[in-house]
Amino acid sequence: MNNNSAFKILKENLWWNNPVFIQVLGICSALAVTNNMTNTLTMGLGVTFVTGFSSFTISLIKNMIPRKVRMIIQTLIIAFYVIIVDIILKAYLPDISKALGPYVGLIITNCIIMGRAEAFAQANKPFISLWDGLSSGAGYLSVLLSIAFIRELLGFGTLFGYRIMPQGFMTWTIMIMAPSAFFVLAVFIWIGKTLQMKTGDRK
Amino acid sequence: MTPLVSPLALFFASIFTSNILLANFLGMCSFISISRDFNSSRGLGLAVTVVLSVTSIVNWFVLKYILIPFDLLYLRFIVFIIVIAAVVQILEMIIERISQNLYMTLGIFLPLITVNCAILGVVLFIDIRNYSLVQTFFYGVGSGLGWWLAIVLLAAIREKVDKAPVPAGLKGIGITLITIGFMAMAFVGFSGMINVQ
Repeated sequence: MNNNSAFKILKENLWWNNPVFIQVLGICSALAVTNNMTNTLTMGLGVTFVTGFSSFTISLIKNMIPRKVRMIIQTLIIAFYVIIVDIILKAYLPDISKALGPYVGLIITNCIIMGRAEAFAQANKPFISLWDGLSSGAGYLSVLLSIAFIRELLGFGTLFGYRIMPQGFMTWTIMIMAPSAFFVLAVFIWIGKTLQMKTGDRK
Repeated sequence: MTPLVSPLALFFASIFTSNILLANFLGMCSFISISRDFNSSRGLGLAVTVVLSVTSIVNWFVLKYILIPFDLLYLRFIVFIIVIAAVVQILEMIIERISQNLYMTLGIFLPLITVNCAILGVVLFIDIRNYSLVQTFFYGVGSGLGWWLAIVLLAAIREKVDKAPVPAGLKGIGITLITIGFMAMAFVGFSGMINVQ
């Protein structure tokens, strides 16, 4: 791979084709875990890890997989990496693991990972696939962190658990509840799309 | 320890207050893409309900009689996914045999469901909250009905919203998310009645 295409992939995944606000993939977890920066960071890193390495593995063995059972094999590979993430979280960050609850397991059904495997890793070399997976994960992580930033700041008055807002700050209870996740994500999509339309062609 | 929630309360809670879609955000991908069309939404909703009811029970037995006794809990993600894929496959064959009509409505949606996170999510919730068999049954069916209700409602609203003048950047997915947000607020409004953790 040359530097040029690697940089282009990064730019595509972080901005022009961002998995969350352009492709609208994997938003289950994007909405569920974002009321808290710490959980979001953990979740995002987990997804990045799984996307990168499952893309790598799938690309590595793509010629050995019969087309008919491709989906189930990909799912098993993804599940394998998710189990690793789950075990690591349980061992080193038990509190966060408990707070994330089922959403760690649900990384398996996160469409970003399957999407990258199908769209990129199927047709490309292992290392560039790894890069593509990692940068998609980074695109996901960056959007999630910005959503969580707003929700935690307004909902709890804290960031990463540290108090930011002054004592008398009235917290917005709605921000930690489910509906706000939809509103904040919608506003992000709105801003992102408008900016992309303004700047015009992807170059 | 089994939480003391009566199955009936659980049933209604999983439809309204803890709607699997609007409170736990599970199954969003297909929710957003399919709700564009009313009839498909109905079909997919029915399919999700059927699959959820069956898989939650099957996975409960797998969990209690295979995974826990043999101490294989760390394998649960893989096992659940395989069970779901297998059940969907079998259901597809059964439905094809029993009723050609139903197969025409549900057939195309069944493969989609394997990767619907609501199905896996419900099973993981059952595992985490340690539900009994009866609770599992009501929770599974209720979640399915809740999902069905939500997608049909959204599809109906979207038919109108699509014709509304909306800022260009907000068109399509943006306005849909805002609509879902309002629906979520309405459903959360029920939470004074029952609350299930």
